[in-house]
Amino acid sequence: MKKQAKTGATVFTIVFILLCLVWIMPIFEVLINSFKSNNAINLDAFALPDSESFVGFDNYAKGMTFGNYPFLKSVGFSVFITVVSVILILLFTSMSAWYISRVNSRFARFFYYLCLFSMIVPFQMVMFTLSSTADALKLNTPWTIPIIYLGFGAGLAIFMFSGFVKSLPLEIEEAAAIDGCGPVRTFFLIVLPMLKPSLISVGILETMWVWNDYLLPYLVLDRTKYMTIPIHVQYLKGSYGSVDLGATMAVIMLSIIPIIVVYLLCQKHIIKGVAAGAVKG
Amino acid sequence: MSPAQIEMWGRMEEWLRFPLRERAAACSFFPGLPGHFHVRGSGKEGLIFLLKKKKKYDGSSVNSMLIRRPIQRWFPLFILPTFLCFAIGFIWPFLQGIYLSFCNFNTPRDATWVGFSNYVKAFGDAGFQHAFWNTAAFAVVSIVLINVLAFAIAYFLTQGLRGSNVFRTVFFMPNLIGGVVLGYIWSMIFDAVLKGYSTYLTANATYGFWGLVILVAWQQIGYMMIIYIAGLQAVPEDMMEAAKIDGADKWQTLWKVTIPNVMPSITICTFLTLTNSFKLFDQNLALTGGAPSVMMDGAKVNMTELLALNIYSTYNISKNWHGAAQAKAVVFFILVAVLAIAQQTATRSREVQQ
Repeated sequence: MKKQAKTGATVFTIVFILLCLVWIMPIFEVLINSFKSNNAINLDAFALPDSESFVGFDNYAKGMTFGNYPFLKSVGFSVFITVVSVILILLFTSMSAWYISRVNSRFARFFYYLCLFSMIVPFQMVMFTLSSTADALKLNTPWTIPIIYLGFGAGLAIFMFSGFVKSLPLEIEEAAAIDGCGPVRTFFLIVLPMLKPSLISVGILETMWVWNDYLLPYLVLDRTKYMTIPIHVQYLKGSYGSVDLGATMAVIMLSIIPIIVVYLLCQKHIIKGVAAGAVKG
Repeated sequence: MSPAQIEMWGRMEEWLRFPLRERAAACSFFPGLPGHFHVRGSGKEGLIFLLKKKKKYDGSSVNSMLIRRPIQRWFPLFILPTFLCFAIGFIWPFLQGIYLSFCNFNTPRDATWVGFSNYVKAFGDAGFQHAFWNTAAFAVVSIVLINVLAFAIAYFLTQGLRGSNVFRTVFFMPNLIGGVVLGYIWSMIFDAVLKGYSTYLTANATYGFWGLVILVAWQQIGYMMIIYIAGLQAVPEDMMEAAKIDGADKWQTLWKVTIPNVMPSITICTFLTLTNSFKLFDQNLALTGGAPSVMMDGAKVNMTELLALNIYSTYNISKNWHGAAQAKAVVFFILVAVLAIAQQTATRSREVQQ
């Protein structure tokens, strides 16, 4: 009886190991192809690189300037836009969420329901008017696009932060107020530290969104001057993909590696944050 | 029970009817005197546990005096920046979008009112109809596939399998990679596989459709699996034991005990996969971009296009189609909103449980 259960567990473990290999296969495929010459990929994309098809880091060197646009420049814009947008979103929406849940005036409630409403509006509904508004207000550069991200991403963030703020004990803030602490100091010294777990959850959700977002920067930014990583990849597929698959695979690999490293380093937080956001949809 | 005791229990129940926060606030207002409460509006001005001290207390007034007013004075700092950005990034584009769906326009400046003709044009467009049925079929297939596989994986991972954390990590990983990059990776793989049959991905709409299903399943199974694992871990242990004692086999336990208990998770995952497949854009664009296209009723129809991509490509036809594209976007918004509201209603039942 016991032995039977043990063999059953072994079988399941083997099945799951195989399934995991299937799951990793696409990324592994990109990895091996990024070390093969273009002809070898066209001949057989699934073959492992051998002495003939192996080209070392040539593809990576080529990928850096592939498509007449330096890849590192796209990385730089992506990093800048993501970091600034997420910091702006976390700071300003947590402040607003605190105001909304503690003040509860007519305006606060109105804003809160607008935020809820904005969460169900698909981006296609506003994409054209948003990009023309951004053009008109000169918000169409990487330096100003975080403002748009703050505006469009405020709904979800305020909704999530409000939920967390409501669960904070009011007494701590009352004690601070009695001790003569003003709202600004109360928020930054008392409320914000207590919000740390939710800052991590919201921060992860917003980072994943901004980092991987394609359409918003594509429509808002001047594409000849500014590219982010998703725009760069789509641009390569559109005009250069068939020309040199090896270099494109190298670019894709470079864009995946940072994500995987960050994921492996803080997967516990990421899975928790994503699961928390999942319930809110 | 003596009359005095009955009287005390009555007061206690009255006290317990107050919201928890007010009770807690009342307690903290008299530190060092735990259990001294004044029951507001009882007319008896009594204390509940140890009758010692009377003091008038109103939770809401303390709240507004100490916290509300000072925060309101900081309105320009706490809410104005966010609200302005929100107005630029959402409110104005949304209202303008609704207005423009009734106009002919190239840019918002030269809009002229045309009434409902954009909507007529949008509904009459063969590409839009095709995209709608395509999206519906895609939603049905991906909902079934993703949920069955995600549940199965979650079920086996919660059976105490060795290394289940590693498996969980691997299955979840594709969620973090952006849709455009995923689309490119999979188009390379599908092309390489189909090359063996001397064809390619965009040669046939069937390949594109099932390719997208595989891609999205690969991406989202890990996500739904996380939700199912949380649901499965919350199934009460004693119920499983009771089923075992009553002689239920594994299959019966699964259907009669486990699945009814994870029903909330199933509802959430179903609606999530539903809205996800309706809103799908990046993956669709990067995998096939809508190709191949055929002529139908004199109009070009992209065979593998879903709704979101159809709206996007309608903008790019010519400026005569901007109005119709915006009208399609409004229809799309209403569709997604109805689905999302249904999701919120279904989700609320779960939030109560937590």
